[in-house]
Amino acid sequence: MDAIILQILNGLDKGSAYALIALGLTLIFGTLGVVNFAHGALFMLGAFCTVTLSRILTLSHEVVDPTRKDFLGNPLKVDVPYIYDIFGETTGAAIIDWAVPLSILFAIPVMIGIGVLMERGLIKHFYKRPHADQILVTFGLAIVLQEIIKYYFGANQIPAPAPQAFVGSLDFGAIFGMEPGAIIYPYWRIVYFCFAMVLIGAVFAFLQFTTFGMVVRAGMADRETVGLLGINIDRRFTIMFGIAAAVAGLAGVMYTPINSPNYHMGMDFLVISFVVVVVGGMGSLPGAVLAGFVLGVLESFASMRQVIELLPGVNQVVIYLAAIVILLTRPRGLLGRRGVMED
Amino acid sequence: MFGLNKKDTSLLLIVAALVALAPIILNPFPEGSGMAQFNAGYPDLMQRFVIFGIFAIGFNILFGLTGYLSFGHAAFLGAGSYAGMWMMKLLSINVIPAIVFSVIIAGLISLAIGWISLRRSGIYFSILTLAFAQMAFALAASVLTPITGGETGLQTNLNDPRILPGFLGGGSSVDGNIPKPSLFGIEMTSSFEVPVAGWLWTFNWGYYICGIVMLIAFYIAIRIFRSPFGLMLKAVKSNQQRLNYTGLNTRPYMLACFVISGMYAGLAGGLMAAMDPQVGAERMQWTASGEVVLMTILGGVGTLIGPVLGAGLIKYFENIFSKINDNLLHQWFAFLPDGLEDLMVTIIHPFIGKGWHLTLGLMFMAIVIFLPGGLVEGGQRLRKMFGRKSEERAPKTTPAE
Repeated sequence: MDAIILQILNGLDKGSAYALIALGLTLIFGTLGVVNFAHGALFMLGAFCTVTLSRILTLSHEVVDPTRKDFLGNPLKVDVPYIYDIFGETTGAAIIDWAVPLSILFAIPVMIGIGVLMERGLIKHFYKRPHADQILVTFGLAIVLQEIIKYYFGANQIPAPAPQAFVGSLDFGAIFGMEPGAIIYPYWRIVYFCFAMVLIGAVFAFLQFTTFGMVVRAGMADRETVGLLGINIDRRFTIMFGIAAAVAGLAGVMYTPINSPNYHMGMDFLVISFVVVVVGGMGSLPGAVLAGFVLGVLESFASMRQVIELLPGVNQVVIYLAAIVILLTRPRGLLGRRGVMED
Repeated sequence: MFGLNKKDTSLLLIVAALVALAPIILNPFPEGSGMAQFNAGYPDLMQRFVIFGIFAIGFNILFGLTGYLSFGHAAFLGAGSYAGMWMMKLLSINVIPAIVFSVIIAGLISLAIGWISLRRSGIYFSILTLAFAQMAFALAASVLTPITGGETGLQTNLNDPRILPGFLGGGSSVDGNIPKPSLFGIEMTSSFEVPVAGWLWTFNWGYYICGIVMLIAFYIAIRIFRSPFGLMLKAVKSNQQRLNYTGLNTRPYMLACFVISGMYAGLAGGLMAAMDPQVGAERMQWTASGEVVLMTILGGVGTLIGPVLGAGLIKYFENIFSKINDNLLHQWFAFLPDGLEDLMVTIIHPFIGKGWHLTLGLMFMAIVIFLPGGLVEGGQRLRKMFGRKSEERAPKTTPAE
């Protein structure tokens, strides 16, 4: 029993990442009808927003500390971040410690900007081209983005730790009256899951309860008619692209403490996210979220020791197997609608 | 000739001549001159040109004729390589059984994958093939380690059985060294060098064997393009639904096409193993599948010569761009004033050496955006721009809708 709960919990944090990326992919596909292979790169760019912000925060200058001496007896030179000068030492240290959550504020405008720029600069010209061309050009863009990041940040993983308050693990079992230590779960993963739920909820609420969202939904259903009603649907879709980029970016920002960012993390997630989108049903937002969590949990169940002993290697392939089975038995995916991408 | 029309025969002959003379053509700069690093006429690189040419020709038979974009072709390449390696370990060091077996294995695997993937089309097909290839990669790197060597890969060893008799390349070892892949005693790595007044031409056995195989593959591809079967595939590309409505079942045609394409990839994989007897799982990764897509697009989708051009170009640039370094750039721009020289070097620096993939990505995007027909279309446009009215002979036909 506790093993099962543990696996579900383990699956949820990865599932949240899948769900967030797949949500963005589906948003883009549902609004613009574009298959965006660069979405994984947006996830990666989000993660590197964190790295950039924490580098900016720790920009420092040398100060001679007269109270301490180095081993030669000279006054010790200490690097002091500028942020200490501005906010004082305790606040400054706290700000640096909280760099990852703070990056959310930093990443939202950056990612929306990148998204809008990408849509206006490149994707716009590919609405009328076949899907294969869209796949290819965004694939090229993904390579370019990834190589630019590699050029500036190097090829190694860059650790970005969670705030001190969230280091450590929660003893889950003790809460539900099981033996202590039976189910231990890191705090940050709980934070990630809650964050993902809030973000997904926010996106759905935005689409469901605002006038803007209503127009976008109408445009997803019938773009031409909305255009005929005198609404500039293209501009709204561009903004939706920006929002989708921001969702992917935020997923990346918060993922950094779980997995240190490196330049090809986007590609690793991209393939799986596409599988998630297809399993959920092309163009279905709830489907993408559901499939994200389902596949995340499925993956973590498949990596249980007992399962691996039974079917060696299944943890590596379970997601793809699930996709193949789903595509062959339910071609529209779990929650796919009729008439979307049926060729 | 060979059942081809005049135009195709001349194309085949031109390609044959280029393949035969490549060691000379690709070495235009004298040895020891400053431009010698642009020479591509050394065996290893030339082998890669033709092998990836075969791979791209095969991919183009699927993507170019039917429009089905497979993102998993590297799986067949990898499977072919592993199969070839096992033949060289178990049967004989002779490359023929290795190549034949790699084609067969790749064909079987592509039959299985195609059987399932071809139930869907469009983006779903791409994702399905991608999923299969990723599965193959993950399995090869982990569970199938006894067969694939896992992360370390597969090599020929001194104590491999090689059960065939000696004159067929069997036996574990002759001189105490690990035997090198050969064709009835001719080693793939052996070559003879001809120094001609400062130039050094290397004629390599392995390259010529690959070259002949590629010519055969190219010839078969032309025949497929011109056959009723090929026309059927083109019809699938233009409108599969209409074809279904006329009562034709496209599945067998598609499956045959997919298997042929997979066998081409397997052939390339087998040759790769035969030229350089080591295989790693990374050969199956989806970026490798992406690479062959790039080659085909760059050269020109659906054209005969395009994929070969694209493969050669990408492999050439990969080699040359990654060799250029800052010192070399400083040499080139030495004629500029110092400040300007440094500026130029700083601008170009991210695109060379390790940054080669950046150049590749940009080049690829530019091709997809501005020249969807690839280099071949570029050539046609140039010809149209400078050519006389002769191009207007063929009036543009619009399909009846």
